[in-house]
Amino acid sequence: MLKNKSQNAFFFLGYYRTFAAIFREPKNGVLRPIFLSDMRKPFLSQFLFVAALFLSMSAFAIAEESKDDEGGKDLKTEITDYIDHHLKDSHDFSLFSIKQDDGTKKHIGFPLPVILWDDGLKVFSSSKFHHGEAVAEVDGNHYKLYHSKIYKTDAAGTINYDEKHHATNAKPLDFSITKGVVMIFITGLLMFLLFRGLAKSYAKNGSIPKGVGRFFEPIVLYIRDDIAIANIGEKRYKKYMPFLLTVFFFIWFLNMFGLTPLGVNVTGNISVTVALAIVTFLLTNLTGTKDYWKHLFDPLGDSMPWFGKLPLYVILIPIEILGIFIKPFSLLIRLYANMQAGHIVVMSLIGLMFIFKSWIGSPLSFGLAFAISLIEILVALLQAYIFTMLSALYFGFASEEHDHAEAH
Amino acid sequence: MTIPRIVGAGLIVIGVGVGIGKIGGQAMEAIARQPEAYGKIQTAMLIAAALIEGIGFAALFATTELDG
Amino acid sequence: MEKLIEEFSLGLFFWQSLLFVGLVLLLRKFAWKPILDSVNEREDGIKDALAAAEDAKKEMQNVTADSENLLKEARAEREAMLKEAREIKDKLIADSKEQAKVEGDKMIKQAQAAIESEKKAAVADIKSQVANLSVDIAEKVIKEQLSDKSKQLKLVDDLLGDIKLN
Repeated sequence: MLKNKSQNAFFFLGYYRTFAAIFREPKNGVLRPIFLSDMRKPFLSQFLFVAALFLSMSAFAIAEESKDDEGGKDLKTEITDYIDHHLKDSHDFSLFSIKQDDGTKKHIGFPLPVILWDDGLKVFSSSKFHHGEAVAEVDGNHYKLYHSKIYKTDAAGTINYDEKHHATNAKPLDFSITKGVVMIFITGLLMFLLFRGLAKSYAKNGSIPKGVGRFFEPIVLYIRDDIAIANIGEKRYKKYMPFLLTVFFFIWFLNMFGLTPLGVNVTGNISVTVALAIVTFLLTNLTGTKDYWKHLFDPLGDSMPWFGKLPLYVILIPIEILGIFIKPFSLLIRLYANMQAGHIVVMSLIGLMFIFKSWIGSPLSFGLAFAISLIEILVALLQAYIFTMLSALYFGFASEEHDHAEAH
Repeated sequence: MTIPRIVGAGLIVIGVGVGIGKIGGQAMEAIARQPEAYGKIQTAMLIAAALIEGIGFAALFATTELDG
Repeated sequence: MEKLIEEFSLGLFFWQSLLFVGLVLLLRKFAWKPILDSVNEREDGIKDALAAAEDAKKEMQNVTADSENLLKEARAEREAMLKEAREIKDKLIADSKEQAKVEGDKMIKQAQAAIESEKKAAVADIKSQVANLSVDIAEKVIKEQLSDKSKQLKLVDDLLGDIKLN
């Protein structure tokens, strides 16, 4: 009975692992054969299947991770550390790690190039860090990974802390190809191949999409009709279309990758969302029309004489100017926080499965994690939609041409 | 300091939940009343919900991240 | 906030910006433009086809209406022609009737006039003949009567007697 109890949590995992094997096979390509090619099957069952895959894989990864060294830390800290580590970008692409007979961890994955600017370009493989366990020595400088960041240290790898336990070592400029960068690159490549294929299939089949394109074309049309045209207007929507389409699929795909056991959290990384929001910000303000700027600096227009407007503008104009920055800022925080929170919740619930280790607790947290995973799949789409939608809305404000003064 | 923060975060979540729930409910009502305006109502609903959510996140960050 | 700033990684930001902008530009050229163009083209095609069908339908309606109009016109024309013909016929008949009547009347009048004049002439002739006859008779009678004196006297007496009676 006791034996059963401890293995209980792995029952489901074992079951799903068979699917996982199919899923991981490289010749299957990236997700496509499983959930995009055959749309005739009932949508819900496929949806559940995919969700189950994602969840099981993450659970598998966490299980392998947390099993390792039960001697050193307790399970709770182990899981917390794992989640913390997962949420951050990392310098090597590790899928999971297993404990070897001699007690050392063996990481399955591959190292990525580290590119540092520290009085000259330093390029080396991240395998030199040995997953943060060793000090890398390059050209006489020593570097060490601490909480997924590279610090410059002495030969022994000492890290100095301030009173808040923050590392005070010097940080070289880090332009490494991290896991996130690899995923961005893969997503970009996937998108390029996918939509290049769609574009080509039009030429080949006389304006009728074929294959995967059939799934994506309605989405492209939806973005055009209900996001771009609805918010920007028939006349000016065209120049924003490339950005809107790219950003939608980019965020959506990366969100979906985040749910896979690849363990990437790209859209839940503040640097990525900042970059995306900056593009929106620049596009909004660089394409702003005269009316947009007039609306910013003269929101009341001719409805009041200048001496009446002056005291109001002392308050109004700073608010309007602040608004320019708050809009993209809310975009980036929303995406970041949603994805981050989703990952934390799913992984914590999976972690609970191994903390409870009981007949009631584990299936319960498994069910919860499963339900949250389902919601996360929707959130992945929703956040991409919201980001695109709000960007389009801001572009709409920026490119309006009619006199808007009477509306205030 | 942990417990006040968690309580604060809970309060924020309650507030945001009530706000977004109200938006969603009212939007449903509006759609039921005027099914032909579905698209416009949905857009307005999402924007309002997104704004509330944004403020909610900002507040959550304030509770969890500010050092006190 | 502090944690957010700490978490911000310049490298990832740099790569994300670079790759994303590159991706937008690349996709714009190789994917979005052809996709949107062909979708637009297809939609325009459908719109055109619909418009053409609508036009054809209208044309068809026009043709039907035209032929109907033509038919109607032809029918009206036929009607008018028939009516005219009937009128002409009626008029002709009426005219000829009238003429015949007038002619007849005239002839009758002439005949009457001729008869009258003949009658008058005949009457006059008879009158003159009667007068001659009576004069002759009277002459003969008188001649005979007056051959005898007594008879003459007697006549005178008779005549006188008549006058008295008057």
